Amino acid sequence: MSRLLPKRGSRAVVGLFTLVGTILVAGCASHAPAEPASTGSNAGSAFPVTVVVPGGNTPVTIATQPKRIVSLDSSDSAILHAVGADKQVVAVDKDSDYPGAPRTSIDATTPNVEAIAGYRPDLVVTAYDNNNVVSGLTKLKIPVLLVNPPTNIADAYALWSDLGKATGHQSEADTLVNKTKQDIASAVAKTPKPAQPLSYYYELDPTFYTATSHSFIGSLLGQFHLTNIGDPADTASSAGYPQLSQEAILNANPAVIFLADGGSSGGQSPQTVQARPGWSTITAVQNGHVFVLNADDASEWGPTIDDLMTSAAADLAKVGQ
Amino acid sequence: MPASLRPTRLRPWGLLVAVVVLAGVMLGSVLLGAIDLGAGRVVGEIVAELTGGRSPLSARESAILWQLRVPRVVLGGLVGAALAASGAAYQGVFHNPLADPYLLGAAAGAGMAATLVIVLDPNASSGIAGPVPIAAFAGALGGIGLTWLLGRSTGTSTATLVLAGVAVAAFLTAIQTFLQQENTDELQRVYAWTLGGLNTAGWQSVLLCLPYIGVGAIVLCFSGRLLDVLALGDDEALSLGIRPVRVRVAVLGAASLATAGAVAVSGLIGFVGIVVPHLVRLLFGGSYRVVVPMSLIGGAIFLIAADIVARTVLAPAELPIGVVTAFTGGPFFLVVLRSARNRIR
Repeated sequence: MSRLLPKRGSRAVVGLFTLVGTILVAGCASHAPAEPASTGSNAGSAFPVTVVVPGGNTPVTIATQPKRIVSLDSSDSAILHAVGADKQVVAVDKDSDYPGAPRTSIDATTPNVEAIAGYRPDLVVTAYDNNNVVSGLTKLKIPVLLVNPPTNIADAYALWSDLGKATGHQSEADTLVNKTKQDIASAVAKTPKPAQPLSYYYELDPTFYTATSHSFIGSLLGQFHLTNIGDPADTASSAGYPQLSQEAILNANPAVIFLADGGSSGGQSPQTVQARPGWSTITAVQNGHVFVLNADDASEWGPTIDDLMTSAAADLAKVGQ
Repeated sequence: MPASLRPTRLRPWGLLVAVVVLAGVMLGSVLLGAIDLGAGRVVGEIVAELTGGRSPLSARESAILWQLRVPRVVLGGLVGAALAASGAAYQGVFHNPLADPYLLGAAAGAGMAATLVIVLDPNASSGIAGPVPIAAFAGALGGIGLTWLLGRSTGTSTATLVLAGVAVAAFLTAIQTFLQQENTDELQRVYAWTLGGLNTAGWQSVLLCLPYIGVGAIVLCFSGRLLDVLALGDDEALSLGIRPVRVRVAVLGAASLATAGAVAVSGLIGFVGIVVPHLVRLLFGGSYRVVVPMSLIGGAIFLIAADIVARTVLAPAELPIGVVTAFTGGPFFLVVLRSARNRIR
């Protein structure tokens, strides 16, 4: 969840932990894995390439096909895996969890430039410029692709394509984009559409932080002909993730509730929602239309959005019946 | 003003005004909210509830009123009263105008324990009577206990105890920060909790904290005279047959119990414990027989009013109440200080 929400206060704790981070460098650096296997590239001859990421840093020119990639973001790592660049990836941060990921103890919220440089990367991919990691790596002449989290599906597809281009897997990336577009279109087409759009509440945590239509996840779910009850609360500073009051949620009376804080990320469930004071008056609760989403999928913009949309489509089909 | 000239008894008119203001703020808080239920309809609903008549509200609106808004007002009053009265008591015990419920490691202990639970078990419920508030309660008492042990082992003066509190708070905060950094996925929940708030309030939270705050408040109200004697100095207290150490333990225990109850249900809400007792002193004089009970009422008024702002200013979004207490309390406090200084001249 912390990946999606504004990182309040993180700068303060970052400062405190610079010292600890420095001490940890030696340990992290010594875990650098051996040379990677052959890249299995299909487009190595296309280099050098210049990549311009939507909302990212300045255009990045990559001279030769990267063979030692470090990814500091779980969505980016999953995309690299899906486009077939995983054999070029030598290290990923502690939250990246695609099968066989070379996970390290690197924490993307408090990255340490020296620890990353210890893996001798020829490309670093990151979603956030925490600890000024971009300028730090640039000083060491290591190319960095700053891939800001997209706020809509078109930007996400563009990012996938850019990551394919940057790693020499453009055609695989294009195939992945097309397949995901088709899967989502078919999931949306198969979902019954009531005459009136269904209203829904998307819960990020048990203190009623929500994701509105202006968030990435909200833009995805909006394709199902839904209205988001958090939209009136959205301001420039909440940037798609305001905290709602319970009164407003009850008053909006959503027809559907999606929980991104179920299971291991908050412990919420249809039962705990039903037990909250006053919530049994909500239509979604009365009709049993409270659904738990896979929290990992729900907080990423990688290929897992395919699974997320399929699962949401199955949930919404129950509402339509 | 010399101590001998301070009014030592609660004046009936002062008490009456405070109670009327409290009632007014509570009514305003019930009428106003993120959702406009209509003042007339809310009053109609309250009358209907009392007389068994027909309610003008729908079932959902009625749930908003009775299950969300009213318990939130009651809880805000309890938490504000507990923090302000504890602040007054701590200031009396330590002869230190900056003492507040968080000085002795209560907040740091609560924050550390809550973080520990969230990190160890991400499924842990922050709901009322869930592991998170219970851990916060234990942590607040643990932090104060640690401060007490450390302070006692190095001396008996109140200054040592305050210094021990600062050291314990720094130590516990360091552990909390370390835990957060090791578990950045849970940062969001920890921050939401430490910012404090009454957003998840219900009758269950009221029932959870009522016994602790109630017992603490009653003990504090009866210790006003003892705190007045302590203000004269330990020797004078001894000559009057009062044992200063026992009084301090009893008052600190009661204040800490009330603080822990408040922290468990509302997270960390700062500023109330310092601002309210000082406002009460400026308005009604410095005797603890007045300051403690008036701080109870004043704290309730202050926090309920702050929560009205927190609920409505960004509605339907919420503003953390700690932001409101600091933002409104700070300037208000300065204005009162200035006007008091001018009056003394």
